[in-house]
This record gives sequence, C-alpha cells and structure tokens, in this order.
Amino acid sequence: MRWGVIVFPGSCDEQDVFDCLSQDGAHTVEFLWHKDALESGYDCLVLPGGFSYGDYLRCGAMARFSPVMGGVIEFARSGGLVVGICNGFQILCETGLLPGALVRNAGLKFVCRQVFLRVEESDTPFTGQTKKGQLLKIPVKHGEGCYYADAETLEQLRSNRQILLRYVDAKGKPTPSANPNGSLDNIAGICNESRNVIGLMPHPEDACDIILGSDDGLKIFASVAAACAQKDARHG
Amino acid sequence: MDKDGQISLGEAMVNPELAAAHGLTPDEYAKIVKLLGREPNYTELGVFSVMWSEHCSYKSSRHYLKRLPTEGPQVLQGPGENAGVVDIGNGLAVAFKMESHNHPSFIEPYQGAATGVGGILRDIFTMGARPIASLNSLRFGAIDHPRTGYLLSGVVAGIGGYGNCIGVPTVGGECYFDECYNGNILVNAFTLGITTHQRIFTGIASGVGNPVIYVGSKTGRDGIHGATMASESFSEEKEQRRPTVQVGDPFTEKLLLEACLELMQRDFLIGIQDMGAAGLTSSSSEMAGRGGVGIELDLSSVPLRETGMTPYEILLSESQERMLLVARKGTEVEIKRIFEKWDLDAVVVGRVTDDGQLRALFGGVEVANVPVAALTKEAPVYQRSCARPANQDQLQHLDLAAIAEPKNLGDVLISLLASPNIASKEWIFRQYDHFVRSNTVVAPGADAAVIRLKGTEKGLALTVDGNSRYCYLDPYVGGVIAVAEAARNLACVGARPIGLTDCLNFGSPENSAVMWQFAEVVNGMRDACIALNVPVVSGNVSFYNDTDGTPVKPTPTVGMVGVIDTLARVVTPWFKSAGDLIVLLGRTREELGGSEYLKFVHGQTLGTPPWIDLKIERAVQECCREAIQRGLLRSAHDVSDGGMAVALAECCLGGPDKPLGVRVESHEMIRSDALLFSESQSRIIVSLAENYLAELREIATRLKVPLQVIGSVGGNRLIIQPLLRLPVEDLFAAWAGGLTDRLK
Repeated sequence: MRWGVIVFPGSCDEQDVFDCLSQDGAHTVEFLWHKDALESGYDCLVLPGGFSYGDYLRCGAMARFSPVMGGVIEFARSGGLVVGICNGFQILCETGLLPGALVRNAGLKFVCRQVFLRVEESDTPFTGQTKKGQLLKIPVKHGEGCYYADAETLEQLRSNRQILLRYVDAKGKPTPSANPNGSLDNIAGICNESRNVIGLMPHPEDACDIILGSDDGLKIFASVAAACAQKDARHG
Repeated sequence: MDKDGQISLGEAMVNPELAAAHGLTPDEYAKIVKLLGREPNYTELGVFSVMWSEHCSYKSSRHYLKRLPTEGPQVLQGPGENAGVVDIGNGLAVAFKMESHNHPSFIEPYQGAATGVGGILRDIFTMGARPIASLNSLRFGAIDHPRTGYLLSGVVAGIGGYGNCIGVPTVGGECYFDECYNGNILVNAFTLGITTHQRIFTGIASGVGNPVIYVGSKTGRDGIHGATMASESFSEEKEQRRPTVQVGDPFTEKLLLEACLELMQRDFLIGIQDMGAAGLTSSSSEMAGRGGVGIELDLSSVPLRETGMTPYEILLSESQERMLLVARKGTEVEIKRIFEKWDLDAVVVGRVTDDGQLRALFGGVEVANVPVAALTKEAPVYQRSCARPANQDQLQHLDLAAIAEPKNLGDVLISLLASPNIASKEWIFRQYDHFVRSNTVVAPGADAAVIRLKGTEKGLALTVDGNSRYCYLDPYVGGVIAVAEAARNLACVGARPIGLTDCLNFGSPENSAVMWQFAEVVNGMRDACIALNVPVVSGNVSFYNDTDGTPVKPTPTVGMVGVIDTLARVVTPWFKSAGDLIVLLGRTREELGGSEYLKFVHGQTLGTPPWIDLKIERAVQECCREAIQRGLLRSAHDVSDGGMAVALAECCLGGPDKPLGVRVESHEMIRSDALLFSESQSRIIVSLAENYLAELREIATRLKVPLQVIGSVGGNRLIIQPLLRLPVEDLFAAWAGGLTDRLK
C-alpha cells in the first residue's frame, strides 16, 4: 500500500512515522511537502506530530491553511483514510474533519509519558486488528492535548461510537489519574462519523519496537494496512 | 543620514573610560591601540570588547585547558570547533558539546534556558550532524529560597519549550540544589548529533572572492553584549539586564536546521558557523581566523528586524537562529532556493578577502577595519594568580567522633530519599519529550540514557555528571570523580566511553582562590581522562559565577558519550525479579566527608571527599561492562549521592513497574551511618540470576575487583540487616513526592 506523510514547517515526528511504516519493507511511504498540491494514488495520509508553524497561534490553526490541505480535505470527504497524530489531530479539528478541539493540558504543563489506552471500538479501519477492550501501551507527549467538545457533540460521539481510544490505568479503568491531560471522558482518540478519519494524541509511531518499551503502536498501522488490503480485494 | 548627508553612526568618543565601560582593562585597551597602530573607533571598540571577553577568548582558562588530553584514534574533530566529532563505527560519527547559559537563565529563566538549548543545537548541526539527543545539568539555590521555585519552573519550561518544539528528545540530565547557587544558577545544555564521516563541516573561511552568506532570522537589538555580560560577576544591578537576554524562536530554528541539513547534502559549502555569542562579529572573525583569510562585510545588506540599527548594534547583536556560511562562488542562487523553500532569508553579506582584515562597510562607508588575528590569535591570554585558600585545611577537617550516629536510621533514609537532591526528578523530565525520533531505549531517570542507532546493532549511552561539594572540599579529587562517575554511569548500561565534553562553572578568575580551584579541577579531570582513556573533544568555560563577591562552589559538569556494541544486552538500574542475587562490586569505606548525608542530615559540608584509585575504578567499570555485554546481569546501578542505602532504594523504586523489595546484609566493621550513606567511589550494585554468579566471579577475579554477594531481591520491604527495615511503599512515597511536595 502507499502511504503519504505530510510535512508541515515545524513537523517533528514525520521521520518516526516514516521509519515505523517502512520497517517491514512492505509499504511505499512518501513525504508530501505542505506547499505542494496533493496528488492522487495514496491509500492513507498521515498528519504527523510536531509544532506546525511553531504552534504560536492556536495549535494547527495555521497548518490548516497550507496548500496541501485542500486536497487532504477532499481526499477525506471522498472516503480516503486519514490519520492525525497529536499536532495532526489538532490540525484535523481545525479543518472540521473531526469535531471538538484540543486545549491546554489540565496540568498546564507539557506531559511526556507512557500511557495505557483502551480500544473502545474495533470495527474501524484504524482498530480492526485489535479487540474491543484491549489495552495498548503508547506514549503521549504534548502541551495541548486536552480533548474538549460541547455536551451535544460529546453525546453524538458516544452514540455514533466515534470514541475509539480512552486513557485508562494498567487495569483498564478510565480513572482521572490515568488521564494525562484532563480530556473529557478520558478521550485519547476519535474518528469522524464516516469512520475514515482518526485523530489521536498518543504517538503509535514511537511504540514501534519492544526495545523502546512497547510495539503496540504497530497495531494501529497494521489495522490500516489490513483495511486497505481488504478494500483492494473487494475492488480488485 | 543626517542633514549634512553624513552617515550618523551614533558614535561615542572612544577613550579609556569608554573602554573600561566595555569591560576592557587599561592594559587591554593599550594593547588594542598598539595592534591597530591607532585608537579604535566606537564600532571597533565594541568588536574588541566582545572578542576579548572571557566568554569568547578563554583568556583565563586557555593556559590550563591545554593540559586536557584531546586525542584518540576515534577523535575526528577535537576542541576548537563548534563541537567535537567522534567516530562510532559503521561509517557514522557523532558530534557533541555542552554549553552554559547561566547568567541569562538567572535573569530570565524561560528565555535564558530556551536560548541555551537553541545555541547548543546550532553548534551541533553546524557540524553537519542532525541533533538526536539532548541532556542538561542544572544547579539551583536552596529549595526553600524564595526564587528557587520560580527559577526551576522557568528553566524547565524553557528547556522543554525549545527542545520539544524542535523535535529533539531530552533523554536525561541531573539537577542539584545548594545555597551557593541562590544568586547564580547553572544551566548547562548538552546535545549530540549524528552524521557520516563524509558529511562533517567546520567553521572555516577560505577561497578569496567566495561569498559570505547570512541565513536564518533577521537581526534585532536583542542580546547586545550578552557575551560581555557572561564575563562579569553578578550583582543586584545585573538583574536589571533583562534586555541583554535573547528571545528564542524554536520554530525558526527548526526551519534553519532542516534547511542547513538539506544544504549540506550538496557540495556548496566551504564553512559554516553559528552566530552565537558576539553574533556576526565572532562568526566572521573566527571563520576568517581559522582559514587565515580576511572577510569584508556589507552591514547594509544584513536582514534587520528593526529600523535605525547602527553598525555597532548589527555587529554585536546576539539575535538567535542565525548562521553564517562561506560558500563556493556561483552556488548563491541554489543556496537561496533551498532557504526560500523553508521561508528563510539567505543573503550575501560579504566576501572572503586576502588581506587578513575584518572589514565592515555600512552604506558604502568603512566602519571597522581590524586585523582578524588581533581579534583571535592575539587576544590576551592570562596566567592568573592561583592560591590555595587559607581556610581549605579547615574545610577538610571533619571530626566524625563529634557526630552522633542517628538512632533511627530508617527515618534518616526516608528523609534522604525525600531530600531535593535525591528525590525523583520525574516532575522535571515529564515536561521533556524524550520519545521523539523513536530511538530512546533508556529514558531519563537511569544512570545513563541509551538511544538506539537505527540500522545497526549498536546503541549510544549519554550522561552528565558533576559533584560540586567534592570539588569545593578538594578540587583535584572532585575533578577526578566528575570524570570517573560519568564513565561509571556509562559502564552501568554496558557502554564503552568514547569522548567527553565539559562545562567548567567557576567564580571570578580574578580571584586567586577560584583560579586555584580551576587549575586543580582541570588537573584532576586530566588524570581521570588519561586513566580511563577518554579524550576531551569539546567544552566550555563559564567564569564569573559569583554574586556580590562570593563564588559558587566549583562545578565542573562532565558530559560523556559511550558506545554499546550489543544494544539488546543493555540493562537499567532497577531490580527486575524476585530471587535475583544482589552483588556489590567495589568496597564500602568509612567516608562521610562531603556526603549528601552529612550535608542534609547534619548540615555540614566538611571533610575530604571519598578516596579514589583510578586503577580500581577502571577495573570495576570493566567488570560491569563485560558482565552486561556477556548478558549476565539484570540490573546495574552506580552507588553515589546518599551511598548504598539510597542506591538500593533507587534500585527498588525507580523502575516502570511496581516497586520490589530486597533483603541484604552487610558486615563491614564501620559506623552504621557510614555503612549506609558513605559515598565511597568505584562501587556498582548489580543483580543477576544465581546461575550466572560463577561467571561474574570469574570476571571479577580476573580484573581484581572486590565482589560481595550482599542479598537478594524479593518481598515488599527494604531490609538492610541489622540496621533497618522499611516498607517499600513508604520509601516510594518519600522519594516520588520529595521534590513536588517542596515546590508547592
């Protein structure tokens, strides 16, 4: 399959995503420069973490206007798979592809630590290779990762089963102390209503080898690959 | 221009008084006049004052720094460049350096620390290396001093703010509190980058007619005379010097980093240097100095952030995120195109000349014309007077008999674990991204950080270390221990040291006692470097760390890098499983002088620091390293601040999983408090499965390392027979909350 990793000025994790996706040699992975128009032919686009435009304005507010983003929005609206990680999640919220917003961490400080995530829905292209209720150990590192949405939006997220990942403790309970940033309802990752766009604050690309503490992040990317293979089989 | 059509340069009359106001002594001023054969003009005076400042010229330290060993087969670039470069095999090389940003961080902690990180990052990517890991060494005043909380929060946020944004992981560091830093904190930042042997760049200018190109941020009035400020002692009035602290823009630096690395893939560059301290002046004159050429600059073409800037201000500005390039003639357009892609300025501001002069023009008028050699090679070198302070004997006198052994040693251990110097530093490193670049194998909190080298079996270990109490009591021994302990930290993860960098933080060099400390510390470091076979490849000296005449304790901080041949064998300090044996390599002696215990529990910094024999030290390190590389060990931890009791507690508590208990016995015939808290050197606590003990013994016997099985892992208590017995959750609560509880 063919992945496109979008590089904004100030992206930091694009190389990590690239290395993680390339490590088994089965995929084509390309960097896409934010000033270029999006070309066709990608199976999945990744908006990586970092500090696009320094995040001096609201996180993601500038990157949302990068030339490549028109194509990304179109790609998503026509059913293409899009993964937004950390700053990528923030950018997707700014574009309106995902509901809600990410605001300053409740503790007002940058937080870097391993966290446990509970898979809440496994019938999406991003979680298909996991089981509902399964725990994933994947690190977070952000200053503005507190997920916020109004009550109505939150209710919609719940009723449409759009909440895909929650912060939990080692026993799988979504406790306040397991929540690194004060996100509403311990939300770590959500998808859009059509279930083809995911945004998540944790970094699956940094949980890609057991020697780094966990390789659970690979399950997210493997799910996308499996979903694409299935789609190809159907259309083939 | 003024009404007569003359360019107004805002010049003041140059005389010895103005020179003195620029920090130049009467002798130095006379030397300038002699070198020029005339009085300097105002702009030239500014140029001399920064280039001859202690910060840029190393005029007081150079004589001593020559003593340090700087060579080895692995050294590709030793001191004198922006950073040292060392071969790590596989055609790869690492560039690393440590630098201080002490005064700016005290004046404005967030920006001071942030720009310290920005500066060291530029030093690394200037060499052609992509920065892949940072560390820092911090010293603050007493934890209950009213400014400490503010300074600590600001410095940590500044380091995180810059490092996180630019995408370089902060993988480790150290932080200590001592009242000697109440008025002068220390912020030392270390960065390591990686490159190939073919892509190493240096700060050199050559080829007459080649263009000098300015890239990066525009120039503003920030940081003028930052280098001069860093070369003066602190007083109340200095705190008013906020405008001399630069403001960091990590986003622009990230663009600059990517643009420079992209440029370095092409064959366009002759040399490149960061505009750090003393900005355009030092970068141009140092590059010209190394190449034995001259440089002519047209200051009118320098991109400016503000209007009305004078040549003096343009030459001396320390605006951040700027680089100076010397490129091959004819490549200007392509270079511009690369920087345009990253939305950065790239402007030709001058050219290489053959006359050896640094010449600056402004609006077509010559505003400075100074021999490059006068700024670099001819800068003053001082052999300052050294004198062992009269009270040194008194400091070294410790009457242990007058110090009662505490009755409840368990309470003492709990209070030590909660003390700011020993308590968990998690509150600090939680604020640093240590995962980015997905290489971090051992994260902050261990003896040394470990990162993997993608595409190889190898890893790199990194550590920073320094103990100012030891250096205060005996600077020679303190210097030895600073190097030895850093190397020991590397041995604890199975790494072989390949090079070191240092930041030597001292008081005023005009104080003979300080110079004595400096000379002794350098001698100690030299002897340890030779014995442990670690060359010094880069470094930095920070003098004038005193407040109202009182110097800080002498504080050398050592950053050391090691190679791990088989990364899969790496171990961490914490105990792994119940039933494992606990072994002490090395021997505990009755050495409480200068210890954390003596300071924290008895309020004394007296005595002589622990004895160290470098042959034994080397053998202990070799033994630990070999055992790890042969896969015998499950954990290894250096015994340092707080002695064996604290080290054992750290092994129980520090891991990512639930704390484990231990039961050990010790029968050394020494005072009970010394048994627990003595800081005897050359000791490592290791744990291993019982079936590997014979093999470990064989290594220890061959290397003549004392080895003692002291107990085993298991249970939920820390038991040291017959002295104490404590539930691990109590120890954990004290240690984990020690720092944050005091910051509230």
